[in-house]
Amino acid sequence: MDAITRVRSRTLVLPYDDIDTDQIIPARYLTTTTREGLGDAAFADWRYDDKGSPRPDFELNQAGAAERRILVTGRNFGCGSSREHAPWALHDFGFRVVISTSIADIFRSNALKNGLLPVVVDADTHRRLVEHPGEDVEVDLEAREVRLPDGHTASFDVDGFSRYCLMNGLDQLGFLQRQEEAIAGYEQQRAWQP
Amino acid sequence: MSGKSLFDKVWEQHVVVPETEDNPAVLYIDLHLTHEVTTPQAFTMLRERNLKVRRPDLTLATMDHSTPTVPISSFRDLAVVAEPQAARQITQFEKNCEEFGIELHGFDSAHRGIVHVIGPELGATQPGKTIVCGDSHTSTHGAFGALAFGIGSTEVGHVLATQCLLQRRPKTFAVNIEGRLGPGVSAKDIILALIGRIGVSGGTGHVLEYRGSAIRGLSMEERMTICNMSIEAGARAGMIAPDDTTFEYLHGRPRVPQGADWDAALARWRALPSDDDAQFDREVTLDISSLRPMVTFGTNPGMVVPVDEPVPEGSDPSFRKALAYMGVTPGKPLSEYPVDIVFIGSCTNSRMSDLRQVADILRGRRIAAGVRVLVVPGSQQVKREAEAEGLDRVFTEAGAEWRESGCSMCLGMNGDTVPRGQLAVSTSNRNFEGRQGPGSRTMLASPATAAATALAGRVADPRPYLQE
Repeated sequence: MDAITRVRSRTLVLPYDDIDTDQIIPARYLTTTTREGLGDAAFADWRYDDKGSPRPDFELNQAGAAERRILVTGRNFGCGSSREHAPWALHDFGFRVVISTSIADIFRSNALKNGLLPVVVDADTHRRLVEHPGEDVEVDLEAREVRLPDGHTASFDVDGFSRYCLMNGLDQLGFLQRQEEAIAGYEQQRAWQP
Repeated sequence: MSGKSLFDKVWEQHVVVPETEDNPAVLYIDLHLTHEVTTPQAFTMLRERNLKVRRPDLTLATMDHSTPTVPISSFRDLAVVAEPQAARQITQFEKNCEEFGIELHGFDSAHRGIVHVIGPELGATQPGKTIVCGDSHTSTHGAFGALAFGIGSTEVGHVLATQCLLQRRPKTFAVNIEGRLGPGVSAKDIILALIGRIGVSGGTGHVLEYRGSAIRGLSMEERMTICNMSIEAGARAGMIAPDDTTFEYLHGRPRVPQGADWDAALARWRALPSDDDAQFDREVTLDISSLRPMVTFGTNPGMVVPVDEPVPEGSDPSFRKALAYMGVTPGKPLSEYPVDIVFIGSCTNSRMSDLRQVADILRGRRIAAGVRVLVVPGSQQVKREAEAEGLDRVFTEAGAEWRESGCSMCLGMNGDTVPRGQLAVSTSNRNFEGRQGPGSRTMLASPATAAATALAGRVADPRPYLQE
């Protein structure tokens, strides 16, 4: 997994609230048995018409969209299904950061394990981002800060453990495996067996 | 020091390593439910790292999501799986379960079904357990006083390899449901009304505990319907304190402790309910005495109105986008829209009590001309029970299709879809754009409302049908 420390990019703005994981990647793409190559399916039903041709007015179809690393969305992004295909698809399309005023729990957890940084900002910062789609924004994971071109900055929270893993490109399984002694001890000592 | 909530007790019993400012807690998982769609990448990871499944005995597998529900006697011929890629996924899942020693309720099992239906049926779902699955509707199992939540495929790999997850402790949210349900109004209407009240992100970061007189009066199947849709309120989990209703449901089921072990389990389960002085981070109260059947009009489950009320006005872009997608107009009641498809099924509403409610309304009547009605039992066991009661004949004589068990039209990845532009009234849990197939439009409702709608050909209030 690629490490993330600082991402600087023009933004891509989808200003709608409650964008669910069925929009991010519809269920019919979930018959895959790998995690690669899902970028083409990202937002498939918004992106392609019923004949499979790209809808020219949709943001992801516009010139340079694949170079955008920062996606800005309305509140409650990633609600719905637990499908990890959602962050896989967004990452494969090219995004490394999603900024919103709130992000759904399972999506956030999945994103953090796949090199996609979920960033929750205050309403004022969010409004500035939505009003200026395509502006050059810097997201600094080390400083936990979003920097807008007009000099406005906003700090964001990220769990220290997830931040460490993201900044070092580590997956979390290694940490869990190192708890083996504690896990085995717990299994032996617990009051009842499942 | 204040008392502990049900959540606090279950969480604390499963902490292997406590969380610190730097690190999340290591949480032990008692039951890992798996299915064909969210596991392939996790098994690939195990193979790449030469890892075993740590506790195959705490892992249970079935096939439901991409599995067809066409009525045939044997699925062995995978030609019935329309999509070659879905067929490959199913075959690979069988191989993965065999190679890693996981009990699979596959095509030949009498216990195959939707993962959230068979867990309780088998008695694998029990109070006080931690239960996870690569599926957001894992919240269903919270109806038994388990801490149950959906996870992604990477976490599926974590649990397969270590039987543990890294978790930050969520906040708690007491949801008091008071009053008595009127006739024709159901658990589905309660949860839709709650989501309408607190919103689709109202529970984010929280574990809900449903409490109060109305909850105590509900059956286990009704409680499952409520906990199932906790995720639709943004909460990863919803829980209900176990009580005699819970214990009666579980007693004698295959995976439930027997004899002296049952007594020990019962003593343990009776200690789980929240203490009287338990503290919650948030609290809301809903009185359901005057609740009416609820139907969604938009593209998320929080966009919901009583069946006899018009679609509300709204001005923000997301609201307008949703109404444009649905093709509904503010001020007009939902009964004005002709319905193409009625889907009765899904992990929300596919159990015996749901099917009985549908049968009570359809019995001796014919569904409206031009409406396709699909009735999909939640499991093969539900299918057998329904057939033993003759419900299948009530459905087919009314003009509905009676299918094999599975997720079916809830998510449109198994051959059952709502065609582009068509309007479906569904007993499932998500009315998202295209959820039931590209361009499909979905209104969520209870089984009774869905049945009445099937007869009327338009969104209909079930209550008059019960009085006739």
